Amino acid sequence: MRLTPRLRLNPALLIGGILTAIFIGTALLSLVWTPEPPTRVRIAMRLKAPLEAGLLGTDHFGRDVASLLMAGAWNSLAIAWPAVLLGAAIGIAIGCAAAAWKGAADEIAMRVSDVVFAFPAVLSAIMIGALLGSGPTAAILAIAVFNIPVFARVTRGVALQIWTLDYIAAARSLGKPPLRITLEDVLPNIAGALIVQVTIQLALAILTEAGLSYLGLGVRPPNPSWGRMLSDAQTYLSQAPHLAIAPGLAIALSVLGLNLLGDGLRDAIDPTLRSRTEPV
Amino acid sequence: MSKRFLAAALIISASFSPALAAKTSLVIGMPIEPPGLDPTVAAPVAIREVTWANLYEGLVRIDQDGKVQPLLAKRWDISPDGLTYTFHLQSGVKFHDGSTFDSADVKFAFDRARAPTSTNAQKQIFAPIASVETPDPATVVIRLKETSGNFLYYLGWGDAVIVAPETAENNKASPVGTGPFKFKSWTRGDRVELVRNPDYWQTDKTKLETVTFRFINDPQAQVAALKAGDLDAFPNLSAPELFSELKKDARFTAVAGNTEGEIVAGMNNAKKPFDDARVRRALMHAVDRKALVEGAYSGYGQPIGSFFSPNHPAFVDMTAVIPYDPEKAKALLAEAGYGNGLSITIKAPQMAYASRSAELLAAMFAEVGVDLKIIPTEFPAKWIEEVFKNKDYDVTIVAHTEPLDIDIFARDNYYFNYKNDKFKALIAEAGKTTGENARFAKYAEAQKILAEDVPALFLFQLPKLGVWNAKLKGLWENSPVPANDVTDVSWTD
Amino acid sequence: MLRLILSRLLSLALTLVAVSLAIFLILEVLPGDPAAIMLGTAAREDTLAALRHELGLDQPALVRYFHWIGGLLHGDLGQSITYKMPVSTLVTERMAVTFPLSLMAILISTTLALPLGVTAAARRDGPVDRAVLAFSSLGVAVPNFWIGILFILFFATWLGWFPAGGFPGWSGSFWVALKALVLPAVALALPQAAVLTRVTRSATLEVIGADFVRTARAKGVDKGATLRRHVVPNALIPVTTILGLQLSFFFGGAILVENVFNLPGLGRLAYQALNQRDLVVIKDIVLIFSGLVIVINFLVDIGYAILDPRLRSRA
Repeated sequence: MRLTPRLRLNPALLIGGILTAIFIGTALLSLVWTPEPPTRVRIAMRLKAPLEAGLLGTDHFGRDVASLLMAGAWNSLAIAWPAVLLGAAIGIAIGCAAAAWKGAADEIAMRVSDVVFAFPAVLSAIMIGALLGSGPTAAILAIAVFNIPVFARVTRGVALQIWTLDYIAAARSLGKPPLRITLEDVLPNIAGALIVQVTIQLALAILTEAGLSYLGLGVRPPNPSWGRMLSDAQTYLSQAPHLAIAPGLAIALSVLGLNLLGDGLRDAIDPTLRSRTEPV
Repeated sequence: MSKRFLAAALIISASFSPALAAKTSLVIGMPIEPPGLDPTVAAPVAIREVTWANLYEGLVRIDQDGKVQPLLAKRWDISPDGLTYTFHLQSGVKFHDGSTFDSADVKFAFDRARAPTSTNAQKQIFAPIASVETPDPATVVIRLKETSGNFLYYLGWGDAVIVAPETAENNKASPVGTGPFKFKSWTRGDRVELVRNPDYWQTDKTKLETVTFRFINDPQAQVAALKAGDLDAFPNLSAPELFSELKKDARFTAVAGNTEGEIVAGMNNAKKPFDDARVRRALMHAVDRKALVEGAYSGYGQPIGSFFSPNHPAFVDMTAVIPYDPEKAKALLAEAGYGNGLSITIKAPQMAYASRSAELLAAMFAEVGVDLKIIPTEFPAKWIEEVFKNKDYDVTIVAHTEPLDIDIFARDNYYFNYKNDKFKALIAEAGKTTGENARFAKYAEAQKILAEDVPALFLFQLPKLGVWNAKLKGLWENSPVPANDVTDVSWTD
Repeated sequence: MLRLILSRLLSLALTLVAVSLAIFLILEVLPGDPAAIMLGTAAREDTLAALRHELGLDQPALVRYFHWIGGLLHGDLGQSITYKMPVSTLVTERMAVTFPLSLMAILISTTLALPLGVTAAARRDGPVDRAVLAFSSLGVAVPNFWIGILFILFFATWLGWFPAGGFPGWSGSFWVALKALVLPAVALALPQAAVLTRVTRSATLEVIGADFVRTARAKGVDKGATLRRHVVPNALIPVTTILGLQLSFFFGGAILVENVFNLPGLGRLAYQALNQRDLVVIKDIVLIFSGLVIVINFLVDIGYAILDPRLRSRA
C-alpha cells in the first residue's frame, strides 16, 4: 500500500503525463512569452480567421486567440490549484480526525459534508460569487468549499482501513496519542490515494472554473479565461465559429490529461486502490 | 397528460387553414422578461415595453417623435401662471374589466402614486402636485405647488398611466387598463399574450387581433427565431454583431435607431483624482469613441459628447468639444501631476455593452499611461449597493435609459458626486420654464456645461436595433420612451 | 430494520433543517436590496421604505425564517417578489421544462452507458474496451456547455436541423417542443454517460471476479447467460446508487445548459431570481434541489439495506 518507489508505466500515465506537462508548460511559458501581448486590443483586426492573423485568428477586440489561450491556461491553473489545495488541506484534516476519534465527531463531520453535498454546486458557486463579488477569490473559495467534503470522505474511508491494522492497534494500546498515530502512521500510508484524488479534483476544478467564468464569475477581465472566451464566442458563432473551438478543446484536453494522469497514477501506485477511490 | 397533447394536436390541425386575408397576429421578441406587468410600481424598462400604450393609457402619450399627444385627455387648459391644469377627458372609455373610466380613476391613480405608501419608481413626477380635483366625471383639475415645464411630458410616461381602484392591486399579475389590447395570459419565462380589446374607445384603430411578446435572452436564439419565422419582429435586438447579417436579408426591415440610453462611464467626482477637471478631460481625450462603438457594439450607436438623447428636439451634438487626442490627454495628466502614471479602477456590470466598453477603455487608457483595473460588479444588485448607494467606486459604466434625465447631474447625493451650482440652477430653471423654445435653449446650455466639465465620460447612445418582417408597418424606429407600441401596426398583405 | 429507518429519518430531518438554516443565512448576508432592484435608480428613500414594508423585509430575521418554514410546512412556498405570484406555480411551470429535460438526459445517458459498460467489461482489455474507455475519459473531460455551443453551431446554425435555443411550450405541437429539448438533453447526458459507463464497467468487472460467477461458469453456464442472469443484476446495485446521485446532478447541471439553450427551466429561474434578489424564489429552489438530493440519498441508503442484508446488520 505504500507508494512503491518504481512506478509501473502504463498508457494512461504516459498520455496523461504528456498532456498535463503541455498544459502546465504552456501556462508557465505564457508568463514570459506569448506570440502577441494577450490583452492588446486591435479594433482594425477584429474577428480574423485562423492564419489570417496569428495561428488561431483574432477575437472580437482583435486580440490574438493563441496568446489568449496560453494566458488562459495560467489563469485556469491559478484558480484550480489553490482551490484544490485549500479544499484538500481542510478535508484531509477533517477526514483524519473523523477516522481517529470516530463517534460523535465522525458523525457530525459526515452530516455536515452531507449538507454541503446537498447544495446544488453551480448555484451555490454563483451565490458565493454574488456574496464576495466576482473575482479569483470568490472562484477559489467556491471550488474549495465543494472539495472539502470530497477529501473528508475519501480520507476517512482509507484512513479507517489503516486504523484497523494490527500494528496501529498495538501502538494505541501502548498509549501512543491519536494525533501522533495519524501523523506518523496513517498519513504516509494514505498519501498515494490522496495524490490520486488531488489530480482528479484538479481536473474537476478546471471544469468548474470554466463553467463559472462562462457565467461571468472567475478571473477578472481583461485577464483571459477559457470559459469567458467561450461565452464571448457564442455571440459571434455565425461570424467567427473558430472562436468557439479552441477554448473548448483546451479545456477538454487539460481535463483529460489530468484525469488520465490520475487513473495512471492509481494503477501504477496500487491497482487495488481503484475500487476504493472510484470517483462518483 | 398524453390526452392533453393529443387534444392540442387536434386543435392545431383543425385550425390550420390557409390565410387569405391579411395576417392579424403579431409575435414580438424581447431580450428580457418583465418582472410583473404594472409600470406604476416598478422601474424595469421591460414592463413598459410590454404594457405601455398597449394595455395601459395615460392622460397623454408620447409619440414616435418624442412629442406629447392627447390620449385619455382629449384636450387641456393651462392657467396663465402655469399652476393649474384642467384636463377634459374622453367619453365612452371603459377599462378591460368593463367598468367605466372617469375623473375619479385619474384622481385615484395620481393620489396612489404620490401617497406615502406609494412604490412608484418615478415618484418625483408627482411631487409638484398640490391637489387633484374632480369637479365632474369628465374633468380633472390638477393644481401644482410650482410650475413644471415637463409636467405634461412626464404624464405621458408609463409611471403615470391610469389604473382603476378595483383592479390596481392585482395589475402586476393580471393587468387591467384602458388600452387597445387586453391581457390574455403570461407563461413565466416564455411569453405574454394580449388580445384585441373589442370595446376600445378608438373604434377600428387597431388591425391586430393578437399580440404575443416572447422573451429570448440569447442573441443567437433571437436571430434564429426571426429567421425561422417564429418571431415577426425584434424591436430591440441585443446582438449588434448579428445585425448586419439581418440587414442584408430581404425578408426583413432592419433599422438602427436610437434609444434613450446614454452609455456613460460615470466618475466619482468627489474623489481624487476625479475632483480635478483636468484629469476628467484627459480621460475623455483618451477615448476614441468611434473605435469604442466599433469594438463594443459592432459600429452601431451614435457617439455622444454630452448627456442628451438624439431623439429629443433639444439635442445638440457635443462630440467635438473634447475629441480623441491622446497627446492632449497625456499633457493634461502631466499638468495635473499624474505624468508618471495613474492607477484607477472601474466597476463594470456584466451586460455585454458595459463589460466590453470597460475592456476597451482599459486598453485606450493604457495608451496614455493610465492603468484601469476592471472589477466586474453584478448588476443590478451589487451595483446599486456599492456604486449607486455607497458611492464606493472610481469609475463605473452603465446606460441611463430614462428619457430626459439630464437632471441627474443636478441631483444632490447622486452617485457621480458632482456639484456644479451653475448647472443645478440652470436645470431648475429649465424645469420651471413653460415656453418650449426658452426651455430648449436652457437644455442646450446645460449640455454644453457637461461636455466641457466631463463629470462622466460620455461614450455613445445605445442604439435600438430593430428588425421586423418586411411586410410589417407601424413599428417605432426610435424609442423616445421605452415602448413597443403596436397600436398602429399592421401587415401590408 | 425499523430502527435503521427511524434513525435515518431523524438524520434526514436534521439535515434538512441544517440546509434550510444555511440557505437562509447565506441569503441574509447577500448584498443587494430587492426593493432597490425593483424600483431602479430614480426611486426615493420613502418609496423604497414603503416597498420594503410591503414585502415584509423590515421584519426581524428570525421572524422571517419561521414565517418561511411555517409556510413550507403548510405547503406554502410563498410569493415571488418580482413576479408577485405563488412560487409553487412558478416552479410547476418551470418543471414542465426541467423535468422532461432531465428525464430525457437520464434515458440517453443510461441507454448509452449500461450496454457500453457491460460490453467493455465482458471484453476486458480488448479493442472494444479500450475504445469505450477512451470515449468515457474524453466524455468526462468535455464541459457540457461547450457541447451545447458546438451542437448549436453544427445542428442549428449550419445544418438547421434543430432550433438554436428557446422553448415553444407544450401548448403547441408536442413534437416541436420535444425537438427543442433534444440538443440540450444530449449535451447534458454525454458527460454523465461517460461517468456512468466507467462505473458500470468497474462494477461489472468486480462481479465477474466474484466467487459465485466463477462457480456458475465452472458449472458450464455459457458466458452470455452468466452475464445476463448473474453479473448484470448484481452490478446494477452500485450503478443505481450512482444514478441516484446523478439525478440531482442533472437538475443542477441543467443551470448551465438551460443558459446555453435559453430554456425557461428551473435552473434559469434560479439564476434570474438570484440576479433580481428574489430571495423567496432562491430560498425555495435551493431547498427543493438540496431536499431532492437528501431524499434520494435516504432512499438509496434504505434500498441498499433492503437489498444487502450484510449492511442491515452492520448499521
